[in-house]
Amino acid sequence: MSILVGKETRLLVQGITGREGAFHTKQMIDYGTQVVAGVTPGKGGEWAFGNIPIFDTVSEAVHATGANTSVIFVPARFAADAIIEAAEASIELVVCITEGIPVLDMVQVRAYLDTTHTRLIGPNCPGLITPGEAKVGIIPGHIMTRGNVGVVSRSGTLTYEVVYALTQRGIGQTTAVGIGGDPINGTSFLDVLQMFEEDPETEQVILIGEIGGTDEQKAAEYIASRMSKPVTAFIAGQTAPPGRRMGHAGAIISGGEGTAAEKIAALTRAGAKVARHPDEIADLVASHLR
Amino acid sequence: MNLHEYQSKRVFARYGIPVPSGEVATTPSEVRDIAVRLGGPVVVKSQVLVGGRGKAGGIKLARTPDEAEQRADEILGMKIKGLTVKKVLVDPAADIRKEIYLGAVLDRASRRIVLMASSEGGVDIEEVAAQTPEKIVKVAAHPFLGLRPHHARILADGIGLPKELINDFIKISQGLYQAFVSTDASLAEINPLVITGENKLLALDGKISVDDNALFRHPELAEMRDPDEEDASEREAHRYGLSYIHLDGEIGCMVNGAGLAMATMDIVKLYGGEPANFLDIGGGAQSDKVAAALRIILSDSRVKAVLINIFGGITRCDEVARGVLEAIGTLDGRVPFVVRLVGTNEEEGRQILAEANLITATSLADAAQKAVAAAKGELQ
Repeated sequence: MSILVGKETRLLVQGITGREGAFHTKQMIDYGTQVVAGVTPGKGGEWAFGNIPIFDTVSEAVHATGANTSVIFVPARFAADAIIEAAEASIELVVCITEGIPVLDMVQVRAYLDTTHTRLIGPNCPGLITPGEAKVGIIPGHIMTRGNVGVVSRSGTLTYEVVYALTQRGIGQTTAVGIGGDPINGTSFLDVLQMFEEDPETEQVILIGEIGGTDEQKAAEYIASRMSKPVTAFIAGQTAPPGRRMGHAGAIISGGEGTAAEKIAALTRAGAKVARHPDEIADLVASHLR
Repeated sequence: MNLHEYQSKRVFARYGIPVPSGEVATTPSEVRDIAVRLGGPVVVKSQVLVGGRGKAGGIKLARTPDEAEQRADEILGMKIKGLTVKKVLVDPAADIRKEIYLGAVLDRASRRIVLMASSEGGVDIEEVAAQTPEKIVKVAAHPFLGLRPHHARILADGIGLPKELINDFIKISQGLYQAFVSTDASLAEINPLVITGENKLLALDGKISVDDNALFRHPELAEMRDPDEEDASEREAHRYGLSYIHLDGEIGCMVNGAGLAMATMDIVKLYGGEPANFLDIGGGAQSDKVAAALRIILSDSRVKAVLINIFGGITRCDEVARGVLEAIGTLDGRVPFVVRLVGTNEEEGRQILAEANLITATSLADAAQKAVAAAKGELQ
């Protein structure tokens, strides 16, 4: 078992012919992901990588190939529409890699998704990977190894950092999920913690948060009240000045809310072990191993 | 991106919000002309993008055109929190009976645009929120339905607005919501919204923050960006699409990914250094962007070492390596570089950099410790 993606994933790539879309589609195929279709408006009827059919619309692609998951690489100004198009075509899981989507577009998208059965991961995220089964997004496959640690993170590269350290020590992962750095996203820490709690293969979880918002505090409430599996956490941005947006649209301390200190305190109170720096995470995880 | 008060009030006026009939000037004599045209007492208001202009002496009342000219002479050129005043807004002085607050923000937790009102206007709303939260009334608008009249009535009731002003207040609240949505704002506030001596509502001061990610569809707002209000190196970084924030330390950091960039700053501090900046080169950066990033870092004379920490995903290590080589070729070698490359195309990246004389590191902790040592001159 694992969560969200695996051998049953039939992947559609929205924006398959773009620079990033094409590069990472190749990487996903090489990893062993079942990539069944691509969508690029105007290029329907063509083929990508010799054997992947390209369609003009998501609904055509779903009818023709039975795609159940979509990954989005389209530019920010078209990305909100791409998410809605995927949800209208009843794709179960939409993973949006695109960074820089206007936040009011995401307000609309999220309100619409709440009326559908589609789950969105991201936007502005690295996607997710279940080692040995499927890679959906841009997380480098070679740094992952199969095991029993679930990873959920708001950051892309910081996740790679942590997973790489785990793999080097022989500690494998069930699934690594990047939920993205935007202020409004599709899936929260809380959602993913619940999935890991219910996944029989996952024995412990790593949560990588950052400044801004209250998503980590909500996760802490769940950890304290419902979570039976050990959680190791790290919060980035202890040296971040207030009022400045630290790269991610969502990484900002505003009105004194969303500091690293308050998140670390909430997670510590909830019983999570909080690492001082990323390299320490693997040590804490190892201490939970039987 | 923040709009000036005069820009924000022009936007408000477009959405039916009553604002004073003021004009903008850059010289004392222009201020005099405006005061003559307006007739009667005026307020001369510095236009800089910081709070606390009044307390700093940047807002002054003038009874006559002569006095307005004199006040403008004092205000133009003064420094408020490090920013030089280059423009003033000259508004007719209002007869203020009561000051209230009306603002719209994007609430992350509820994923809604929230309108807030308070009977305590004219002061910092965050202070009101911290000290007397019961004095703030909030309503959330569903994105498909917008702000409805009953929402505005809830706000009006909550702040005890006189009944005869409620219809105007509804128009202003809906106008503010429309202005927020139409400009892709993350914040739009009227502070204060005043009740005048003639018992009318008037938006005396305004502030709009626009979502940078949405500027592509608002060319007219993008043009309002005031480069004088930004740090020079942050402005240069913006030109290259880099996310850069200038800080006060001695270790320049170039990282891909915001989370990793923050964690890199944190670990530099943990090992006894101070980060000179936050810099995220973003996903998929090409070599020219990397070279620009290094030039910006090194334009800060306090930087004593540069830490490059790249964990490739959408960013390819070979592209970063080419950018580093390009930058080293054009820059003097005044500071040591500590480089760590892992992830997509890392082998190619390492080969490209093998010939350059750089300090290499394996782990993040190793890189941070080496950078701190290099900045102290303990490692070359």
